[in-house]
Amino acid sequence: MTRTCGTTESLYVVAVCAQGVRTVTEGGAKAEAIELRGVTKRFVSPSGKSFTALRDLDLTVVPGEFTAVVGPTGCGKSTTLALISGLEAPSVGTVKVFGEPVKSVGRSVGYVFQRDAVFPWKSVLDNVAMGPRFRGVDAEKASTEARQWIGRVGLDGFERYYPHQLSGGMRKRVALAQTLINQPRILLMDEPFSALDVQTRALMENELLDLWASTGASVVFVTHDLEEAIGLADRVIVITAGPGTVKGTYKVDLPRPRNIAEIRFHPRFVELYEEIWNDLRDEVLVSYERSKQRVAS
Amino acid sequence: MIRVTAPAFATDGIADGFDYDQERKRARDRRRVLVLVLRIALAIFVVGAWELTTRLGCHGPDSGTCAVDPFFFGQPSGIWSQLVRWVQVGTAQGPLWEQIAVTLEETVLGFAIGVILGIIFGVALGRNRLLSDVLGPYIKAMNAMPRVVLGSIFTIALGLEIPSKVALAVVLVFFVVFFNAFQGVREVDRDLLANARILGASQRQLSRHVILPSALSWILASLHTSFGFALVGAIVGEYLGARKGIGLMIATAQGTFNANGVFAAMFILAVVAIIAEWFVTRLENFLIKWRPNAITEVTI
Repeated sequence: MTRTCGTTESLYVVAVCAQGVRTVTEGGAKAEAIELRGVTKRFVSPSGKSFTALRDLDLTVVPGEFTAVVGPTGCGKSTTLALISGLEAPSVGTVKVFGEPVKSVGRSVGYVFQRDAVFPWKSVLDNVAMGPRFRGVDAEKASTEARQWIGRVGLDGFERYYPHQLSGGMRKRVALAQTLINQPRILLMDEPFSALDVQTRALMENELLDLWASTGASVVFVTHDLEEAIGLADRVIVITAGPGTVKGTYKVDLPRPRNIAEIRFHPRFVELYEEIWNDLRDEVLVSYERSKQRVAS
Repeated sequence: MIRVTAPAFATDGIADGFDYDQERKRARDRRRVLVLVLRIALAIFVVGAWELTTRLGCHGPDSGTCAVDPFFFGQPSGIWSQLVRWVQVGTAQGPLWEQIAVTLEETVLGFAIGVILGIIFGVALGRNRLLSDVLGPYIKAMNAMPRVVLGSIFTIALGLEIPSKVALAVVLVFFVVFFNAFQGVREVDRDLLANARILGASQRQLSRHVILPSALSWILASLHTSFGFALVGAIVGEYLGARKGIGLMIATAQGTFNANGVFAAMFILAVVAIIAEWFVTRLENFLIKWRPNAITEVTI
């Protein structure tokens, strides 16, 4: 599949590779988990100006794959996730999840937000039980299920706490449990650990890998941290400075299971890092120059 | 999987034989006593000065010769004896407790109806752009109007009994709660909404589990102010025309040039308001236990 496409293709070759994947899967039994084709997304600001967040983006994720999307600030990474989740509709192009065009928020999708999106007025238990409750499961069953997930993310004994009583890392655990309890086949993560301190972050990344391994969901993990991207993912996609489009796709052939704290010493990790960074650096510079101009004007 | 254990706080101090906690507690107690003593001293000073100036220099039956004329400005001892008379003998329009009960009934009814209507309209308009765009200017115009004048209409239309006072209190409370509820709905965190939608919430579930609780801190912040408004509505309503109530007591006292009566009624009102405020705070703490510091009115 995509992994056979090597690691250093130009944009053109990547597109051809993706094309190849499609023919393979159309012949096979199951479709790609996520498929974005020629997607452009424009926003209109309140002042009436139009702003292009994504331009002509192609992206494919196969079932069970952990994909990391990296790119400079403001390149439309979060927009990509909003499109996949159905929170936003593309201006041009198609977004498909398991072969079905996305029309509204789908049931197979889970989304972990960058900022805390747990409900501050609900206890940990109620927060985690929310997904099943919204989906019509009765209170008792939802609560039993929620307790299991609270245990799985290591928060036993904190069921009755309110979010403001927990640390940032613990709130992220609540968010993870809240999302995973719905057993999403697609897990979207928008810089979920960026607000955490470095140690907590490494801890959470390892736990995420454990949890992911037991669910087999397809993950799209957005980050601006290349180290995090390589450490976690099977594949790293570099997005250009906004309007975002795919600049390069890299297969991460590091062994699993991985330990995030140690994988960065792996010689292959260093190689990959250098390779991807060469690609990413130019985009970061472009983005930085633009933000300077914006401040100056 | 890594377990997170319950947070443990080191409570034992440095082992130098000095009890820091004890010392800190003692300092806090000292300060509390100081504040209390100063408070009482201030009250004694103000009331004492009042009493003294209304007795100073008086000669003959004409109270106008006093430094401060008690006929116009009242006198603490006179206010006290007025209160005692009301409690023991009753007021001109019946027993004191009955007046307080009537005013409280009007206030609480007006408050409850105003709050409920304010929340319903605030949430409805906050969620519906078209509705708020259409109704917006009218609501602003009605809010800009000094609504106390409506009291006259209500007295004519609804009579001298309780309904006219309740109506005035409702009108006063409604706008305060309405604007807060409206703002609260508009300020709902977009990420929370998105999260709830992803988790599978329907529009109704969004309202119930996300929008209402989020707006609640705004609504609760308005309750303190709006209870005060409800009391104003009831009193002004009674003042304009009533058969019972504290407002009527004030009007009667005014009509007989009884300054002490006006002050005594004010004192009763202040006590009622403080007790009500305490209940509103309790309600707020009950409803908003999830939050360490909710939005509240600025207090000293």
